[in-house]
Amino acid sequence: MAVNIITAKDITQRVFNKQELFILDVRNQDAFQDWKIEGQQFEHLNIPYFDLLDGVEEILDQIPSNKEVLVVCAKEGSSIMVAEMLSDAGREVSYLQGGMKAWSEYLEPVKVGELKDGGAIYQFVRIGKGCLSYMVVSNGEAAIIDSTRMTEVYTTFAASIGAKITNVFDTHLHADHISGGRMIAEKTNAMYWLPPKDAKEVTFEYQPLEDGNSVTVGNTKINIDALYSPGHTIGSTSFVVDEKYLLSGDILFIDSIGRPDLAGLAEDWVGDLRETLYTRYRELSEELIVLPAHFMIIEELNDDGSVAKKLGTLFAENHGLNIADEEEFRNMVTGNLPPQPNAYQEIRETNMGKITTDEEQQREMEIGPNRCAVR
Amino acid sequence: MDIIKSNVTLDAKGLACPMPIVKTKKAMTQLEGGQVLEVQATDKGSKADIKAWAESTGHQYLGTIEEGEILKHYLRKTSDEEAAEKKHPHFINNDDLQAKLTSNGNIVVLDVREEAEYAFNHIPNSISIPLGELDRRLHELNKEDEIFVICRTGSRSDFASQKLTANGFTKVVNVMPGMSKWSGDTVSMNCNI
Repeated sequence: MAVNIITAKDITQRVFNKQELFILDVRNQDAFQDWKIEGQQFEHLNIPYFDLLDGVEEILDQIPSNKEVLVVCAKEGSSIMVAEMLSDAGREVSYLQGGMKAWSEYLEPVKVGELKDGGAIYQFVRIGKGCLSYMVVSNGEAAIIDSTRMTEVYTTFAASIGAKITNVFDTHLHADHISGGRMIAEKTNAMYWLPPKDAKEVTFEYQPLEDGNSVTVGNTKINIDALYSPGHTIGSTSFVVDEKYLLSGDILFIDSIGRPDLAGLAEDWVGDLRETLYTRYRELSEELIVLPAHFMIIEELNDDGSVAKKLGTLFAENHGLNIADEEEFRNMVTGNLPPQPNAYQEIRETNMGKITTDEEQQREMEIGPNRCAVR
Repeated sequence: MDIIKSNVTLDAKGLACPMPIVKTKKAMTQLEGGQVLEVQATDKGSKADIKAWAESTGHQYLGTIEEGEILKHYLRKTSDEEAAEKKHPHFINNDDLQAKLTSNGNIVVLDVREEAEYAFNHIPNSISIPLGELDRRLHELNKEDEIFVICRTGSRSDFASQKLTANGFTKVVNVMPGMSKWSGDTVSMNCNI
């Protein structure tokens, strides 16, 4: 039997389409328990490759023959070995090209909607890690918000639709992934905007992003309006794009809310978080479509793969927006914090320009799931 | 301590997963029970995998030292020492030894595990003389001292205790079960475990 190669893009389509897939994950158990490929119809079996060096006979009856079978490991080498063994045993299987490394770095662009003047807004779904970034395009110009370090994906995409990148934003200083914002801005001569309250220690030049700033993309005035919304970090800023989309950064997600502790100040910032979610956001139109910087669970994806919901719906359904008692809210947010993301301090320092790291180190830092929310 | 002694060194530098483990498994079959293997690798993922592999196969993962790009992993091949009958008549359990150490810092603890095991994890101020070197290093010990002999599970230290007694040491006490269950203070050379 031949061994097939499947790409991260192929698997992303299976996630979006809710297709069935049987995943034999041959990484060690700690790695698997920390983080795996999620899909609503995906089944998993975790057997480390080093338990299979003498053969796969003993696990054959655990592997279905009536389903698509994908072998996955960290970088692909071990999955090829195991896939070939299964193939020799008469099974038709595939392996994931580039392994979990490729899965972590893959971005799928999804068009979220049209803008009034004919422009569009795209969401880049980092499916393996749950990071969401955005490109607002209008009349040959593009703005990028919360980009990942895979900068070529954005520059290539912009070129393919004939848009010049003019403005790059980060809603806040990220702690869970390395921002590509500064690098994109350098490559394209775009303006790089950061909230100054998050940028006190940065070592590079940036354009301060303040409440009420309005930035125009294209000639036809698609405004990106900044809204100061602290709580995840002290500088966290949201954007209202084209009076229709609310880019909420790491403050508000579809099924959860931001965590206030990644800069070490949970007790101080929980009040800001409450103020943003229960007062500032309440003053906005409920018709706004919320576009967060993360998703946590695969069920948050819409049928087209996008992650987006009306603000009014979130006010009705998101638990974190429905805790009337302030003390209870405080306890929920500060008493219920999940483990902190892998290497979040080093990631923050990288994003501040304080430490310089190569691609391999950045990859290592970002390993694992994202943990920016409390539910 | 700069150099950790091993019986066999395996070069897996430049190899990507799964090769470091494939080669480690093969090299391990050539070792005798209780011997130490050093695996040199450059694949960062090899650390977690070697540790997990050792746990699943019953070998002892001692630790890893990072030297620039090179990761040096230390493993000790499983042996059937645990099954051996303990013969030395004087022994003490871990908790009682710990109490003695707390009240009197000057007592002599002799650690007879391999140097590599000692390097990664040992009781502060304990003396390292691997069982295999004990015969020719007896002069380093004082026959009048009360000596608490420790290893990983109490078997090598039992053997060492008998050997010391046969050589005229009078106050020799075997520590049971030993480092595998030690919950008191330990120190390690500067490295990642």
